[in-house]
This record gives sequence, structure tokens and C-alpha cells, in this order.
Amino acid sequence: MTIRVQAEAFDYGAECAEFAANSEGVGAIVTFCGIVRDNDGTLLGMDIEHYPGMTERALTDIEAQARTRWSLADALIIHRHGALAPGDMIMMVATASRHRADAFAAAEFLMDYLKSRAPFWKKEHTAEGVDWVAARAEDEAALKRW
Amino acid sequence: MSITVLYFAWLRERIGVPREVIETNAATVADLVAELRTREERYALAFSDLAAVRVALDQELAEFDAPLSGVREVAFFPPMTGG
Repeated sequence: MTIRVQAEAFDYGAECAEFAANSEGVGAIVTFCGIVRDNDGTLLGMDIEHYPGMTERALTDIEAQARTRWSLADALIIHRHGALAPGDMIMMVATASRHRADAFAAAEFLMDYLKSRAPFWKKEHTAEGVDWVAARAEDEAALKRW
Repeated sequence: MSITVLYFAWLRERIGVPREVIETNAATVADLVAELRTREERYALAFSDLAAVRVALDQELAEFDAPLSGVREVAFFPPMTGG
């Protein structure tokens, strides 16, 4: 189980390959990568602020919850902070399990929870100025299905 | 008691500092917020709508009625937008 919170970019392909190579005896790996949407070309850039210390604790807790719910051989969460440009990769999750249902469900669970329960805040830069991204009610509602 | 108070995102911008150490006898988070509001206009503005504010005590999410006894670090921030 690995959690990384970092400013630097990550190599999605290399991370997926390494995760797969280290997951012995599994039958399924699910990976997801979140990318900075350019909002039809209006987004100039994004800053992601986080709460060092609590971020790692929250992600560790979310990952531990996933492990109690599904049979996971391994899990990986990488989340960036700092300045990002449209098209940049923000974060990724990977899950490994014996059968694919566990890996898919756990990956979705990790995504739903880290959107609303890990202390990250996005700030968007557009031609009109700078604005903090508001949390969406549907992201909070998504937690109720688990 | 002295408590370290952290602010993130627009709360940090409105209050103007990322962290400060506060001497307080507030019993709960709500009491601390009430105390801060009376200090200066920037606090009153930042805490004008508590529905838009979340709190963590020693890096764990908490409610506004949570007691502050034994707490070393309080953080205020808007709803999180990770992912």
C-alpha cells in the first residue's frame, strides 16, 4: 500500500507498470488517472493547496477503509499539489485484487472518498481571474452509496 | 491554553495568515469561532457562513460542537475538492 503526496509530475505509464510488476498472484488491476480539464480552453492553470500531515493521514485512512471492504492485494494513491496546467495529471489510484470486481469497486471508493475527505483545495485561473473551486453536492452524495 | 490555528484556501486568504497561535479558554470549536469573530472584521467575514466551513482537530475532521480540551491544532477550511 503506497500513498504519495507530491508537487512533481508522475509518469502514469511507469507507475502502472511498476504497480503491476509488484502485484504477484493477482488477477486484476484497475488504474485511474485524474487530469486537469481545460474547460473548453478557458482554464489557464490551477493551484492545488493541501494540508500537509492531515492529507497523508486522510489518504491512509481511506485506503485502510477500502482494504476492510474489499479483498485487495495492493493499492496506490498519488496526488499532486502546487501549480498545474490544463492537461496535467493531478492524481492516480491503482488497485490490485484476485478478481476484478474488488479492484473496480475499491478504485471507485478511493476516488469518491479522496474527492470529499482528503484536504485538497483547487483554485482555478481563468481570463476573468482566480477562483476557488466549489465542492459539488453530487460528490458529497456519491459517498452515500458506499 | 494555547492552540495553533490553521486556515486553508479562501479562509486563509480572508484572514490573511496561514497559521497563528491563539490563547483561548474556548470550550468548543463553536466557542472558538465566536471568539475569533469578535476579534476583527476579517474573522467575522471568514466565518460569516459556517455551512461553508469545515474543521479538523489534530488533523481529524470534527464537528463545531466538539470540545477543544487537549487539542493542539485546529484547522479551518472550505469543503474539500480533491481528485
